Amino acid sequence: MAAVQWHSRVRAYESELRAARLEAVPLEPGDPHPLKSITVTDSKSRRGGGRRGSTSSSSSSGSVAPDPLSSMLDGTDPLSMFAAASASEAPTLSHSTAESGRKRREKEEEVGPDFEPWSAKRGEILARFTTTEKLSINLFMGSDKGKAPSPNSTVSEKVRNRLEELDDMEEGSQRELLNLSQQDYVNRIEELNQNLKEAWSSDQKVKALKIVIQCSKLLSDTSVIQFYPSKFVLITDILDTFGRLVYERIWSMCSDSRAMPESFTADDVNDTAKETCLNWFFKIASIRELIPRLYVEAAILKCSFFLSKTGIQETLPRLTAMIRGIGDPLVAVYARAYLCRVGMEVAPHLKESLKKNFFDLLASFRQIHSDSVQNQLVLQRVEIPVYLTLYSPAINWILQCVSYRAPETLLTEMMERCKKLANNALLLNSVMWAFRAEFVAARATDFIGMIKDCDEAGFPKHLLFGSLGRSLACADPPENERLSILNEAWKVITKVRSPQDYINCAEIWVEFTCRHFTKREVNTVLADIIKHMTPDRAFEDAYPQLQSVIRKILNYFHDFSVLFSMERFLPFLDMFQKDSVRVDVCRSIMEVFIKHQQEPTRDPVILNALLHVCKTMHDSVNALTLEDEKRSLSLLINGFIRMVSFGRDFEQQLSFCVEARATFCNLEPVLVQLIHTVNQLAMETRRVMRGNHSRKTAAFVRACAAYSFITIPSLTSIFSRLNLYLLSGQVALANQCLSQADAFFKAAVSLLPEVPRSITVEGKLRSSEAFLLDFISNFLSTLLVVPDHPEQGVLYLVRGLLNMVQDYTWEENSDAKVRVYISALPLLAAMSQDTYLYAIPKVDSNETLYGGDPKFLAEVNKLCETLIGQVLDHLKALGRDEGAGVRKQGTLAFSLFGCLLAHGDLRNNKLSQLAVNLWNLSHKHGYCDTRNSVRTLEYIKHQSQQPDMAHLSEMALRLSLQSRA
Amino acid sequence: MSVGLDIRLKRANKVYHEGEVLAGVVVISSKEAVQHQGISLTMEGLVNLQLSSKSVGVFEAFYNSVKPIQLITSNIEVVKPGKVPGGKTEIPFEFPLHAKGNKVLYETYHGVFVNIQYTLRCDMKRSLLAKDLSKTCEFMVHCQPQKGRLQPSPVDFSITPETLQNIRERVSLPKFLIRGHLDATSCVITQPLTGELVVENSEVPIKSIELQLVRVETCGCAEGYARDATEIQNIQIAEGDVCHGLPIPIYMIFPRLFTCPTLETTNFKIEFEVNVVIVLQDDHLITENFPLKLCRV
Repeated sequence: MAAVQWHSRVRAYESELRAARLEAVPLEPGDPHPLKSITVTDSKSRRGGGRRGSTSSSSSSGSVAPDPLSSMLDGTDPLSMFAAASASEAPTLSHSTAESGRKRREKEEEVGPDFEPWSAKRGEILARFTTTEKLSINLFMGSDKGKAPSPNSTVSEKVRNRLEELDDMEEGSQRELLNLSQQDYVNRIEELNQNLKEAWSSDQKVKALKIVIQCSKLLSDTSVIQFYPSKFVLITDILDTFGRLVYERIWSMCSDSRAMPESFTADDVNDTAKETCLNWFFKIASIRELIPRLYVEAAILKCSFFLSKTGIQETLPRLTAMIRGIGDPLVAVYARAYLCRVGMEVAPHLKESLKKNFFDLLASFRQIHSDSVQNQLVLQRVEIPVYLTLYSPAINWILQCVSYRAPETLLTEMMERCKKLANNALLLNSVMWAFRAEFVAARATDFIGMIKDCDEAGFPKHLLFGSLGRSLACADPPENERLSILNEAWKVITKVRSPQDYINCAEIWVEFTCRHFTKREVNTVLADIIKHMTPDRAFEDAYPQLQSVIRKILNYFHDFSVLFSMERFLPFLDMFQKDSVRVDVCRSIMEVFIKHQQEPTRDPVILNALLHVCKTMHDSVNALTLEDEKRSLSLLINGFIRMVSFGRDFEQQLSFCVEARATFCNLEPVLVQLIHTVNQLAMETRRVMRGNHSRKTAAFVRACAAYSFITIPSLTSIFSRLNLYLLSGQVALANQCLSQADAFFKAAVSLLPEVPRSITVEGKLRSSEAFLLDFISNFLSTLLVVPDHPEQGVLYLVRGLLNMVQDYTWEENSDAKVRVYISALPLLAAMSQDTYLYAIPKVDSNETLYGGDPKFLAEVNKLCETLIGQVLDHLKALGRDEGAGVRKQGTLAFSLFGCLLAHGDLRNNKLSQLAVNLWNLSHKHGYCDTRNSVRTLEYIKHQSQQPDMAHLSEMALRLSLQSRA
Repeated sequence: MSVGLDIRLKRANKVYHEGEVLAGVVVISSKEAVQHQGISLTMEGLVNLQLSSKSVGVFEAFYNSVKPIQLITSNIEVVKPGKVPGGKTEIPFEFPLHAKGNKVLYETYHGVFVNIQYTLRCDMKRSLLAKDLSKTCEFMVHCQPQKGRLQPSPVDFSITPETLQNIRERVSLPKFLIRGHLDATSCVITQPLTGELVVENSEVPIKSIELQLVRVETCGCAEGYARDATEIQNIQIAEGDVCHGLPIPIYMIFPRLFTCPTLETTNFKIEFEVNVVIVLQDDHLITENFPLKLCRV
């Protein structure tokens, strides 16, 4: 095919635009507005309609345009349906007063979600009470196995019994495991738990019971007393398992014939199940030792529902009284805790026995200071304060159970009785811990007085203040007492000598301080903490607490100018000297800043401080830092940069960016952000000057361009660089900095050959082709308005770009190059118009420079012809390849056809012949999309109606939809 | 070919009273039909007496075991010789519980020297080639409630070194005062033994306080009688140095089978006692004995 002659179609953009617009249809008054959507009264979505009262009546008026998003949320979406379900429960109560009264009473008796369950305490206790001492487990298994076989049992039974006994002997009927480390001990207990389950599932109920008895016997042993609370937790787990197994077994016996209702009564239970249940209780009643008998009976307490409804009412007080027989106060108090736990679970309405437990505890409180306890402590070398803290979990729990939804009078009574006892610090602590925070807060001053009266040698005071602080963090004391409370408390806290104890307590009180006082008080507190934690680098062991202090302050102080005007805040930050912790702290500060800073700021205090904080984060980045970590840090720093604004002082903003670039040079996303910021700055300047730069502002925007120009090369991501070059070039052009814009575009062009064939996107290797094509198209459309450089030839940049495209090593078998050529054609066609489609104010494009010079047009047309020639060559080459080649050929030919149709002057016979040929080529192998072809044909026919387009109708006749194959 | 033979009583707890009807089913389960020479049921109630070696010579204890006393006996043929079809066959039966002659049905009791036991045995006779099958099942008899009002007869006690008997060295005994009471010494067998105990003071710390339930069995025979006290169970009610001045509950459930209402007959006697045992940390053992009278109402 010989060289084609190109003639661009002359475009009248304005009239074309006008023609392309939709017809305006006058609106009749009665017509519904098209945007006012159709109102459908969907009765299904009006679930729980009663709740919304008035809105349901407005459904027909249509005044509320139902936004599709909001209608989604209108009752039909599952989450709000849940909410509606729970909300609708409440109003139903108010229907009949009698019923509601009853229900409320029932509610009070139940345990609500506000009751902190035991499972929440478990982990805490296990983590807190540990030991390095050696432990021992003494299990006494199978000794009293099988009483004398009944006289008339058969021979085989006797033999079996005998064999079982022998087996037991082999196992070692008495196993004593000595010298266990704590971990070994925990493992052993877990093993026993497994043994229990296995024994149960293999129907060895007696063995299971024995395991449980032996385990609970371990609870009477108080050697290695520091570990006792943890031991209690481990062993009660086994007891719970056992209780559940027994309950489920009896339950399954009941539901053999018919399913039993969840709220069954003893009458629903069949005789066999009752008998089995009774047997368990008889068996347990005959356990010799007190402690196992108590624990095991408590464990299966729930089963007494099978026997009678009221049995528990008698059992619980009996078990409570039974605990009086336990001499060791620690063992007794934990037994009470267990009983309270079971009580709360099984019969939360029986508050009396909970109360009795507590008063019994008070009655036997002096046991804690008895001689036998003292002797034991001396023997085990445990200090009294340490010993007393062992009680806390149990007493806390008991008090929590007793005080749960208890009337104010009961709480007062309990407190009075605690007061009467000597050495009541331990109780006081638990009272503060377990009672409602509001109750404690209201009497905070009283409590401080009581704490002061406590014996210094007993329970550590900092723990008492810690507990008080925890209550005050949740509830507010009377306004006029707050300052004196803080003063009194801090007077004691500041005297705590051990840094660890000090910080534990101080950390709690920071919350109270932040909540009620200003920065001055917080500053004082911070100063005090610094003073205590600096000697001997004590802060090194207290990072979690110090972090929590920062978190609490950030919770209450969202105004960063206030925050940073606290003198001691930055010195406080300096205490975080471990890198990972420091970065964490900085990160949390930045998160709060980004979340709560509403307006851009130029406050030098904030900027300096945050710059410091950000620098700390930035400096933590090294070669080993993970990509994700970098990304999140960059995000935070970017958030900060976006919030910095010096208003009209653009120069300072630029110098801030210069500084920031120096500071954050290792984080690429930050650099990208900075370039965007500077570009935005240039555009802002232009907006302020309304497009007319003065000499000063012109120099400034050139400085901005220079900033971008020297920053971009330091990025590693090639597409960031390309896009930023293009963007910055556009900005420079908009600001009439022609030579700068030229430089940006040139840089972009000369960067093109370096684009790798594949890049990593989100960790996967992808071909870069699509990105490159996107970029080039974008670039081409910009080039329309870029005026030619006076010293370079015509269309210097376009030619440069196309040359680069030609020389670029594209992927094999890819027709990306040809597609670039095809997409360059519209650009060239646009360039040969008299008036360009778009222009930049105050920048003369080629249209003005050349003024439709025929020589220029000839250049453009020549370029087009070369391009078309290249494309046609490629098409020919594709034709040789039978398979995929032909298919590609069809597509490409069709897109070139489209391009000719849109931009070429088809009155020219040669061009129109070429177009027809291309049409035929694209249909030759039947790979084209017929629907598309039909639509194109319709478009041509439609176009031919337009003036000056008559020639198209002739061409349309020559285009057939049938393939000629 | 395995044949399962089982007896199922109607009552889950297997407890019956004199005059009632012992009812249930014999269950024969087999895959195939079973040929047999007749199935019979035997009900028997026996008192087994045994003389302890302590009170009589060893040999005599062996040979001179007192003859068992038969309280009730009854035998019926359930099925005549023939064939039981395969699958599960249930054959119901009923026995009226009436004592032999002028005897009474004593309550079931498992002791050491006295045993009162009621059994039901099912025998399936089979041809010479197959083994006979037999299945035994025990059932409980509770005696009729005693008539007349029961006097609880509570008892207060106070234990000090001075109140003790049988002491070796009164001098070395530490000082202590333990007070308490039992709510009743005439107890209803289905109700627990209850009471309270207060350690008012004790020079030596207490190690443990236990309740020891003791059976006292007396067997009379031609040569005289033998009386033996043995432990049934021991229940700890206090462990360690308990709080002084705080009442500790005394609570013990009477174990089933191993206790029965106090019984006195011409041939034997079954009585019960409870010991409150206080063990001091220096291993002094202090015991206070209370005879009990158990009955059923």
